[in-house]
Amino acid sequence: MIYPLCFLLFLIGLYGATCKKNIVKIILGLLIMEYSVNLFLILLGWKKNGIAPIIDQSTSHEVFIAQSVDPLPQALVLTSIVIGLGVLSLMVAISIRLYQRYGTFDITEMNKLKH
Amino acid sequence: MNREKKTGMSLIVQTVTRWLKGFIFMFGIYLAFYGHLTPGGGFSGGVVIATTFVLLTLAFGRERSLSKLGKVLASVLDCSGALLFLLIATLGILFGGAFFVNFLEKWFPSVNFRLFSAGTIPLSNISIAIKVGASLFMVFIILAVRRVVEVGGRRKLISTEFFETSEKRKDK
Amino acid sequence: MIETVVGTMILFMAISAIIALETKDLLSSIISVGAIGVATSICFLLVGAPDIAITQMVVEVLSLIILIRATIRRDLTTINGDREFFGLTVTIALIFLFFLFGFKAFLTLPEFGTPAMSQFIEAPSTKYISSGFKETGASNIVTAIILDYRGFDTLGEVTVLFTAIWGALAIMRVYSRKKRKNKNSHE
Repeated sequence: MIYPLCFLLFLIGLYGATCKKNIVKIILGLLIMEYSVNLFLILLGWKKNGIAPIIDQSTSHEVFIAQSVDPLPQALVLTSIVIGLGVLSLMVAISIRLYQRYGTFDITEMNKLKH
Repeated sequence: MNREKKTGMSLIVQTVTRWLKGFIFMFGIYLAFYGHLTPGGGFSGGVVIATTFVLLTLAFGRERSLSKLGKVLASVLDCSGALLFLLIATLGILFGGAFFVNFLEKWFPSVNFRLFSAGTIPLSNISIAIKVGASLFMVFIILAVRRVVEVGGRRKLISTEFFETSEKRKDK
Repeated sequence: MIETVVGTMILFMAISAIIALETKDLLSSIISVGAIGVATSICFLLVGAPDIAITQMVVEVLSLIILIRATIRRDLTTINGDREFFGLTVTIALIFLFFLFGFKAFLTLPEFGTPAMSQFIEAPSTKYISSGFKETGASNIVTAIILDYRGFDTLGEVTVLFTAIWGALAIMRVYSRKKRKNKNSHE
């Protein structure tokens, strides 16, 4: 029942991104969607009684192969988190420019093609 | 004492920042250097290094952190980190026969669980840490300093000092 | 045990997501998003991903600072309410349909506790786990994957980050180059 809960979190973020007026709330909705997708990908790799995919000097190699969790989704998510920070800064920069142009964060007021 | 020159947060924050900034910076470097042995890696190490300069900016004002890492130096470090990563990947063609070959590990097999092991992986980690740290600090300094201020009925994007009071802005 | 803890964490995240989207004060909503990020980091730590937990926590701090410094005190009149009625009902109906179809799809996934990406025999992650340490010499298998086996992935990530950061800098530039030149010539 954990995967549908992640999907519920994704849908809450989708609701915020599509139905809100304030542009900061839209950015927050996109952030929530990103968190839920990252969490879902990591949870897909979990093995029961698993250990982190880091070999210690004390653990033997056979035990590590039998018990390690899936490292591939972790490698994908690690890059995705840092990309998320770059995209967030780009979105914030665009919203600041929109505020300078229109004087508000309300997206229903931003209806002029040329100012 | 002299209130005009005082910028930044209160004395407690400034003292704690003065004590802790070195340790946070060292922790970032540790995460980047030992990324192939312990949890960490280039990305988290670079973000921790950027956070050190962000803390300096929040506690002491903009001038203090920009004197340590200027905008020109940050952009140079950003580009050189990305180019260094590309250079390490391209050297794999020369010495290993394909792009992104771990040529150092191929020719000089090393002892495991040491700092200088795993071939080109630590070098790539360091270059990624330089790139991520410099670029994130640069984007923070741009986004957090510029503010939209109304000047004579028109809104303008002006770079302001941190924690500036409204009376000071009137004097200007 | 871990299933119940992670499920409680996700419920907590859902509640704070609703608070973040529905509250009137912008500062409170940004801090609620910070609570979601910290809960995500704790979940990563529980399911055996310490690399991701460290990165998520630090990135969370930096993104909160950027959001607060960039948006607070800029809009004193808080904007409330949703968009117009017709569009809102259509969107919510679409989200509900999406939920129904997605719920069916999520029930077909394997049970929580079996890695879904290494179900078949020739899966890449089994090779990474079994021979990654011998081939690369790095004891952290995640680092071995992102910098050795899947280096192209990291190269694309560096390119995307570079483009996003320089795009933000170009958007926030105060004067264009032409105007500055004109200004200098006038003075």
